[in-house]
Amino acid sequence: MPSLKELSTREERLSRGHRLCPGCGASVIVRQVLLATEYPIVAASCTGCLEVATSIYPFTAWKIPWIHSAFENVAATLSGVETAYRHFKKLGKISKNVKFVAFGGDGGTYDIGIQALSGVLERGHELLYICYDNQAYMNTGIQRSSASPMGAHTTTSPPGQAIPLGKVEQRKDLTRIVVAHGVPYAAQASPGFYNDLMKKVEKALNTEGPTFINILSPCPRGWRYKPELSMEIAKLATLTGAWPLYEVENGKYRITYKPGKKRKPAQDWLKSQGRFRHLFREENKELLKKVEKAIEDKEKELFARAGEEI
Amino acid sequence: MEKVMAFTGDEIAAEAMRQINPDVLAAYPITPQTETVQKFSEFVAEGRVSTDMIRVESEHSAMSACVGAAAAGARAMTATSANGLALMWEIIYIAASYRLPIVMPVVNRALSGPINIHCDHSDSMGARDSGWIQLYSENCQEVYDNLIQALPIGEDRNVLLPVMVCFDGFIISHGTEGVAVLEDKVARNFIGEFKNIHSLLDIDNPVTYGPLDLFDYYFEHKRQQVEAMEKAPEVVKKVGKQFGELTGRFYGLLEDYHLQDADLVVIAAGSTAGTVKATVDELREEGVRAGLLKIRTFRPFPQKEIIQKLSKAKAVAVMDRSASFGAIGGPIFLEVRSALFEEQKKPLVISYIYGLGGRDTGINQIKQVYHDLAKAAQSGKVSQLVNYLGVRE
Ligand SMILES: Cc1ncc(C[n+]2csc(CCOP(=O)(O)OP(=O)(O)O)c2C)c(N)n1
Ligand code: SF4
Ligand SMILES: [Mg+2]
Repeated sequence: MPSLKELSTREERLSRGHRLCPGCGASVIVRQVLLATEYPIVAASCTGCLEVATSIYPFTAWKIPWIHSAFENVAATLSGVETAYRHFKKLGKISKNVKFVAFGGDGGTYDIGIQALSGVLERGHELLYICYDNQAYMNTGIQRSSASPMGAHTTTSPPGQAIPLGKVEQRKDLTRIVVAHGVPYAAQASPGFYNDLMKKVEKALNTEGPTFINILSPCPRGWRYKPELSMEIAKLATLTGAWPLYEVENGKYRITYKPGKKRKPAQDWLKSQGRFRHLFREENKELLKKVEKAIEDKEKELFARAGEEI
Repeated sequence: MEKVMAFTGDEIAAEAMRQINPDVLAAYPITPQTETVQKFSEFVAEGRVSTDMIRVESEHSAMSACVGAAAAGARAMTATSANGLALMWEIIYIAASYRLPIVMPVVNRALSGPINIHCDHSDSMGARDSGWIQLYSENCQEVYDNLIQALPIGEDRNVLLPVMVCFDGFIISHGTEGVAVLEDKVARNFIGEFKNIHSLLDIDNPVTYGPLDLFDYYFEHKRQQVEAMEKAPEVVKKVGKQFGELTGRFYGLLEDYHLQDADLVVIAAGSTAGTVKATVDELREEGVRAGLLKIRTFRPFPQKEIIQKLSKAKAVAVMDRSASFGAIGGPIFLEVRSALFEEQKKPLVISYIYGLGGRDTGINQIKQVYHDLAKAAQSGKVSQLVNYLGVRE
């Protein structure tokens, strides 16, 4: 992992001037991912916030080759690009070593794009799939996805008299589903821990076969907090157990960051964002406990899988 | 120079694809396309092509992978039918708008529901506004000839559009015929090389594919797509002529059969054109001035040529192997009728919907159509504008 000083001399491959919201985690993630390597990269995106805000014709923020085709097919689209590359390599028509990175939102990855992703993982394409997980369909106005956490207020899971919890269901554990495909490398990361994130990207890009990193992407609009707090929020997620950092190499889980003394209660995570505000109403006490317990149980389960103590 | 051998439609499509030797083929099985991709898989397994094949998990991904591969400068192909084409729907529009000359055999099959595996044209007719060039084939020979011509047509710098080569499920795909096949070298030379000047793999000249294109530019881009379609007929004709010089089989936008002096004309696309030819032969023996106008390219629609070809006809029946629910008649009928609208002297035009879900359409039924046409020509009136041929009412 190069020093910060060295990183600062590397060329940015996503330019300024894109139209993501101030404080959006997505552009921070893309920059960290692309700074982590010096390989030439061909990137692709799903339809979603990142895509619409970085490519408004006649402008583009992408200084590298980039393709978007639809919402649910970034994995399949990039698998076509990567296959063309392998083909031309085989024929001796290309000499450079190029790497392929897909950036999909949680909606484009956990939900509508899971089939295409599964296909790519099973077929073993040489590409890194990054899910920037902001836990809802943000581009269309903060609707719930299967990545939205229990208790989240989204525009399609608003808390009300009949359903005071907001989103009722647990998050889908996508990273585990990816691991079940037998991929050589999968990880979960956060832009609040850039060292950890970039190491994982480097590792993934130097691993043969399809690789996957699920990255928490704070969204001030959808999560209801002040834009300048995004990186604080990103760190808090890990310190409270809401977004543990880990990697899975050939099926073996390893926790890459343990909060230790810095650990904070799950409640701090819920308190930090407006989307959970309703849980703090007096009459919702039990619901708050339920959501806290869901976070704690999930983290415990993960640590146990890695053979670690919390 | 050519060798005649026996092939089914699916097999000859695979044979043409072997000669084309695409860089990338991404496909998913669906009856009656399956044999094409199975046969091609054997070519891959035996090393007879250098193609890299992606055995995708759906047709949606097949077309998506073709889009990615073509944007990376590859010659990309797939093949499908009916529900497979329907599942690709979203991405076929994208392939055309990104100007990627992907070539795809469409083995025509009725769309669900109810589910049915046999031939009609509801699948490709439904895709008529997607921006793809559509070539319809009458028999196995035309499947081969159309596939070989599809690449130089779609890849022409003035066109750059994807091409569907349509052929009738089972009737052609599973029927065996003698097909004249070019030598590999000759076919490959005819097809030539493809160079995408905006390749995603050109690392030093990065390109952005698929940006958000709003009200300030989208319309102009659609206008450019229209223009590419407008330029396509000349290219289709040019390539058809070059192909003819090589093989003796000349192609244009349309084909006519005993049309010169025909009063009564049937318009058809696909294998039924062959049945119409046989009917014309019989009727000519009886002294009926019957003729056929066969649609080869439905997209781009050959309006000028159709007007010219029908200038002497008295009554015309347009045969559509698909229904357009709620419309005035079948899709080919609607366009033929509208093409003639401005003409001072024009024939009576009648719509026939036939053969849905693989319902057989034979000479006797087509004779009935000519009989109706004769009555209309004589009375100067159309008694029934839209007819359903061979259905139990
Ligand atoms: C087939 C299809 N269905 C729905 C949409 C509408 N749509 C566009 S972006 C989007 C949400 C994207 O959510 P996500 O993948 O989480 O990315 P985010 O915007 O949150 O970054 C939706 C529903 C679409 N473009 N295509
Ligand atoms: S809505 Fe959220 S994800 Fe979308 S651009 Fe704004 S901050 Fe980023
Ligand atoms: Mg999202």
